[in-house]
Amino acid sequence: MLEIPVIRWGKPYESLETTEVVHFNTGETIANVHAANGGLVTRDMRSAQKARDALRQFSCAQLIEKIGVAADLFENEALPLGDGTQTAEEFVDHQSASTGLPMHMCRSNMKKNSFVMRNMEEILQCLTRGLDLDILTRGYGVESRGVMVSYQAQTPVLGAVLPSNSPGVHTLWLPAIPLQMGLVLKPGSQEPWTAYRVASAYQQAGIPIEAISLYPGGHDVGSALMDSCPRSMIFGSQKTVDQFSGNPRVQVHGPGFSKIFLGDDSVDDWERYIDVMVESVYINGGRSCINCSAIYASRHTLEIAQAIAEKIGPVEALGPEDENAGLAAFTAAGMGEAVWNMVKADLKEDGVTDCTEKFGDRLVEKERCSYLRPVVAHAESPQCAIASKEFMFPFATVVKCRQDKMLKAAGPTLVGTAITQDQAWIDQLTDAITIDRLNIGPIPTNRLNWLQPHEGNIIDFLYRSRAYQVTEEKMAEMV
Amino acid sequence: MSTTHVDLESAVSAAKDRLDQHAYKIVQRHFHDSTGCPFWLEKKSTFNFDPLTEVKCFDDLKKFPLFEDDWLRGGPVERWKMKDMQHQPTYVFETGGTTGVPKSRVVVNDFRDDYENFSQTLPDQYFPRGGNWLMLGPSGPRRLRLAVEHLAQFRGGICFCIDLDPRWVVKLIKKGWMEHLNEYKKHCIDQAITILTANHNIKCMFATPKLIEALCEGLEERGMTLAETGITGIFSGGTEFTPQWTRFCVEELFGGEAEESGIFMTPTYGNTLMGLACSKPVTAADKYKIAYYAPQPRAVTEVVSFEDSNSVVGIGETGRVKLTTLTPEFFVPGFLERDEGEREPPFETYPWYGVSGVRPFHEIASSTTVGVY
Repeated sequence: MLEIPVIRWGKPYESLETTEVVHFNTGETIANVHAANGGLVTRDMRSAQKARDALRQFSCAQLIEKIGVAADLFENEALPLGDGTQTAEEFVDHQSASTGLPMHMCRSNMKKNSFVMRNMEEILQCLTRGLDLDILTRGYGVESRGVMVSYQAQTPVLGAVLPSNSPGVHTLWLPAIPLQMGLVLKPGSQEPWTAYRVASAYQQAGIPIEAISLYPGGHDVGSALMDSCPRSMIFGSQKTVDQFSGNPRVQVHGPGFSKIFLGDDSVDDWERYIDVMVESVYINGGRSCINCSAIYASRHTLEIAQAIAEKIGPVEALGPEDENAGLAAFTAAGMGEAVWNMVKADLKEDGVTDCTEKFGDRLVEKERCSYLRPVVAHAESPQCAIASKEFMFPFATVVKCRQDKMLKAAGPTLVGTAITQDQAWIDQLTDAITIDRLNIGPIPTNRLNWLQPHEGNIIDFLYRSRAYQVTEEKMAEMV
Repeated sequence: MSTTHVDLESAVSAAKDRLDQHAYKIVQRHFHDSTGCPFWLEKKSTFNFDPLTEVKCFDDLKKFPLFEDDWLRGGPVERWKMKDMQHQPTYVFETGGTTGVPKSRVVVNDFRDDYENFSQTLPDQYFPRGGNWLMLGPSGPRRLRLAVEHLAQFRGGICFCIDLDPRWVVKLIKKGWMEHLNEYKKHCIDQAITILTANHNIKCMFATPKLIEALCEGLEERGMTLAETGITGIFSGGTEFTPQWTRFCVEELFGGEAEESGIFMTPTYGNTLMGLACSKPVTAADKYKIAYYAPQPRAVTEVVSFEDSNSVVGIGETGRVKLTTLTPEFFVPGFLERDEGEREPPFETYPWYGVSGVRPFHEIASSTTVGVY
């Protein structure tokens, strides 16, 4: 069993309170994770500037190079973790055991993270629109087109309250270190693994470990982190989204309500797009905010729902080690049943058809966990409650809706894939502020291009563009 | 068997005898027509036993049904006044009440008696006689404010107070108005620092853990430490008083244990119904374990089985905290607190059983807002 301490600016701290991380299938304790208290975070944040100072000993380019080295270490090597070490395969085992995700999905998420680390230079180039990163270091500089620009860092560190159920989200905070900003992370109680392994890989790659703090713990730790970090991310429910909405200090990531919109010009060819729809709903156990939870079309909707159901309805709950496993386990007692009860209630509403009913029971109860097999519903109108639901398993509603009503009816959409060539409608979709990431064409909602910003550009979040003027003589020197 | 062990056993036995005698005397008082309050005299008729003849010791209190704190909601509050105290000046203290009717307890002398007893447990070295106090905790209709003020006066000092409305704090948390919450906390801390830096010779303080933390942080922002304000003794309370928090507070906010930092902190556990349970001295050597001992025989805390509230758990085992209050003016036979913890053995200072690791009862923990001020 691993003993995992709190990390305070790189230094291990053994708390008097610990939480066991337990294997969901065997009940075996995998790790004893030390829990911080909120006061530790508040106190440590007093010296947050030191984290940035430590990173500024290196240029952004040097840090990017080190992160490239860290990518390989993260993906392949045995790395120190608490009082022991963890190999890459053990990382997969541990993450699967505590989150319920099948191992092959953990491997895939691991590769996603290392991909982002390995391609950091290109990613930052895109996010900064080709800005010379030394300008971010210095705070000002002259762009290649001869214009003075200034980007003022709004924080010495990026804080993040991380989730337990979606290891794919870690890519979002990875750019902080190469931007010379420290990391203050509260790992999810069931998924401490990624944050600790990234920190360990960074350290081995020569990144100053005093720039990183890891504070596992309770709600008070999350609150203290959000209060004391000038910029932080939080991952949570719709309630969390509502709480932090409009707060410029916080980038909040909640449910995605990602959708596919089939235009009137394309919907008669719906069979051509069935694989795109299935992948969007089913991939990664349906757990991500980028999984599709609703498909909007004006006709053929029942046929579409039945066709998707034919593909994923028969999927069985397989063990986490099975390469064919497509479902993640609910590891918290009673959670699978509770979610199923909510789905069941929505399926009973008039105008709703349960298209996966004929493929057998959806709730699968095991000794220490439960699974929900895919559910595909058909809704006669967007007013049906199920049309606006998202759950943590492969679930989608195919919603019958006129094209000219879709945007209003669909509501907030993290990833919207519009299958259409109708330019007038594409223009409306492009203007719609309810859609965050817009895909035009048959692109599965889960296929993110890492060179694009996600729920706001992290550069805009961490820096403020402002005026910076110097004399003409000085300008001439700088060009 | 060592002499010390024998001494402890006899002290435990003596304390038990004293509790039995006290329980008998208190029940006689509360159920006698000449002294009892209307509530219990009326309730007596619903019992299938006669408290006056069938309660002879502490264990016999199990004959009473569990106390329901809802009985304390609403009026007339006079139904709780003892007949022989009808004409004495009476206070009413409230608990809860963020929404709905709060629970009320009428008090004539209890808060003074409780805190005078508590005063005997405070070391003069850190809580100097004649030193002034700061009360940095919930005010308004709560007993704590007057109780701390009385404690200060009893020890020869004067108590400075700030206003703090915990009901508003709970509302802010429930509404998610964290910015307002922080501003309110800052507002309280600003007042506290103003008082502490105004040459009032304040040596002692009551503050909740969250406010101690905020005070130390606030002082540090102004380039000061708590020790520099002159504070040497703090008594505090609340279920967020965990060993880890205490360690953090002692090591990082105070700058070390009392011998090193000059600041002594004693955790307490209590509420409006019970009074004040003291803690066994908290030390780094004991990993900052916090064990509370009720002020027997005036109040008793037991750790009882989750399934059977009349059955105490073994030493070190976990159970729900059950409270019994036995004062001349208030009788609470067996109230199940909203907390759980582990049962602790008696020791020399408190030769009766205690409770450690106090935390919100696991079945209601998620719906409870703790540590609000």
